[in-house]
Amino acid sequence: MAALAETIGKRALEAIHRMGRMTVFLYRSAAALFIPPYRVRRIVKQVHFIGVKSLFVIVLTAAFTGMVLGLQGYYTLRKFGSEGLLGSAVALSLIRELGPVLSALMVTGRAGSALTAEIGIMRIGEQIDSLESMGIDPVKFIVTPRLLGAVVSVPLLTAIFDVVGILGGYLVGVKLLGVNAGVFFGQMEASVEWKDVANGFVKSLIFGLIIAWVCTFKGYFTGRGAEGVSQSTTSAVVLSSVLILVSDYFLTSVLL
Amino acid sequence: MSDTSWVCEPCGLEALPAPEGKPAIRLVDVEKTLDGKKVLDGVTLDIPRQRITAIIGLSGAGKSVMLKHMIGLIRPERGQVLIDGVDISRLSRGELYKARRRFGMLFQGGALFDSLTVFENVAFPLQEKTEMGEGEIRKRVLARLAQVGLEEAQGKFPDELSGGMVRRVAFARAMVTDPEIILFDEPTTGLDPIIRNSILNLICHTYHQHGFTMVMISHDIPEIFQWSHYVVVLHDGKVVEAGPTAEVVRSVNPFVQQIIRGDITGPVHLM
Amino acid sequence: MKRLNIETVVGLFVLLGIACLAWLSVKLGKLEIVGGDYVPVHAEFASASGLKPGVSVEIAGVDVGKVESITLRNYKADVLMKIRGGIDLQEDTIASIRTRGLIGDKFVNLSPGASDRLIPPGGKIRETESAVDLEALIGEFIHGSAK
Repeated sequence: MAALAETIGKRALEAIHRMGRMTVFLYRSAAALFIPPYRVRRIVKQVHFIGVKSLFVIVLTAAFTGMVLGLQGYYTLRKFGSEGLLGSAVALSLIRELGPVLSALMVTGRAGSALTAEIGIMRIGEQIDSLESMGIDPVKFIVTPRLLGAVVSVPLLTAIFDVVGILGGYLVGVKLLGVNAGVFFGQMEASVEWKDVANGFVKSLIFGLIIAWVCTFKGYFTGRGAEGVSQSTTSAVVLSSVLILVSDYFLTSVLL
Repeated sequence: MSDTSWVCEPCGLEALPAPEGKPAIRLVDVEKTLDGKKVLDGVTLDIPRQRITAIIGLSGAGKSVMLKHMIGLIRPERGQVLIDGVDISRLSRGELYKARRRFGMLFQGGALFDSLTVFENVAFPLQEKTEMGEGEIRKRVLARLAQVGLEEAQGKFPDELSGGMVRRVAFARAMVTDPEIILFDEPTTGLDPIIRNSILNLICHTYHQHGFTMVMISHDIPEIFQWSHYVVVLHDGKVVEAGPTAEVVRSVNPFVQQIIRGDITGPVHLM
Repeated sequence: MKRLNIETVVGLFVLLGIACLAWLSVKLGKLEIVGGDYVPVHAEFASASGLKPGVSVEIAGVDVGKVESITLRNYKADVLMKIRGGIDLQEDTIASIRTRGLIGDKFVNLSPGASDRLIPPGGKIRETESAVDLEALIGEFIHGSAK
């Protein structure tokens, strides 16, 4: 019994320690934003890596998400004779929930894992120590541009996801199942509030932060060798995805 | 530690005159535990100024960890790391970064940045840490690349280079800022004998040109004795022997003799 | 050349993202970027039950503005509306709370009057009709017929 309590206590202390380290890490990388010199090109490079290179997969998943929403929504709404609400159903589910969450999950899988692996390899190849030895803060050099890149890219990707998803819903609902186009967009405009768009935007900002934070942290403090990097990559993707979904619930309950 | 007059056999140059003053780096009773293992156990050591010092010892003796203490990459649990009398293990991050400007370091695998070309890798410390202009940086980088014989490779990326070329680029990068002290973590490990000797020769020549204080971890026994003024023998986190190369080579310490001759039997049994 | 490419591509990406965001917030979210050209007007209702800020204000079925806020004043509902500029409201305009369909959203309908005098910006519509209380109507109907 005492051993059990000891184990639980030890685990809890370790968890608190880890959370503290992650917080300090985030603080250091965010604080470095305000210390010159500023290297815009490095941030542009990260927006390219995280944003532009994720565009294809985002557009693809968005189109199909919107299409399936159109399909499901149509058959559900038809039972109540209110197919006219399809536009608002598609738009609201995309803007409020699916856009931010699915974009963030896709970015985690495509870019987040690569961030962890890249930084992990820099760690085991002593490139991070090498920066340190030159008197260059590796957090500012490596982590900060990626953090900013993700915070810029994810909301933009989410907006693109929303629009493409709505077009997908339009394609299925209007072109395929014959809902009136005017009703589709009219209902959408009537039901979507500025607050919905703003909340979705806030969510995507926070998700972008979570992705970059978790994935760079896991890479920065990776274990030894190739195995260490592969483990960090896996746990970065898992932790980032879990945090996105958990924080989504709390953000929704706070923002709503 | 007496400074015997010393001639570099392969390159035939005489050692630079003994400099005045205290040692460049002084470790006092340094202790460090990593993953529950005491890696450094009360290391006290002087690294003489403007001399080449070789650190030898078995794998896991704590050589790399000791080297990283000298530049503040690892902080000791106990003891002091004095650079010109300043304990760098107690400095804040900002002060430490400033102190590191006097250092250059060459890591085991070279640790070049994969996403940058050879030229950009060597130019990197200058762009980041100095106020030098583009043209000046270009001139300096090309001069250093010429010194290591790699002017033609300036546009290549690290993964297009051989192991020996990577070390030479890393060497050029380590000395591009004109530091006072250069640390080498196994600069020749994994290279064939000819390239190994040419790198050691390059280090030696550079020493005579610039008069750097150099500290080098090496497994190249006995070749390394031709290329170093001082030798430090480390075993199990302790300094077993330290002094001018000729004295260490003649040491009666059975461990030192075993490691020099590579005997299977002796004080250390690995299998 | 390669760098220029990266920067151009990133620039296009950012533009595309901002365009999507703008479409979502301006067209769907009806965000007024510079406040727009809107004129405030008050109306006092005995009951604004079911009316929410943000719902539309219509004249002859055409969207001309929206409800900005609903507050209580002298135990009556003071509804502040924002009407698009360029639309004249006569002094005897009637504001009524209507329901879209049987159980749909509430909105405010304005019926233009015939007076020559106009309501100034920030003025008040005097003639109002409150929301039709469907439950009360049904209750009345049931009680009435039971008697």
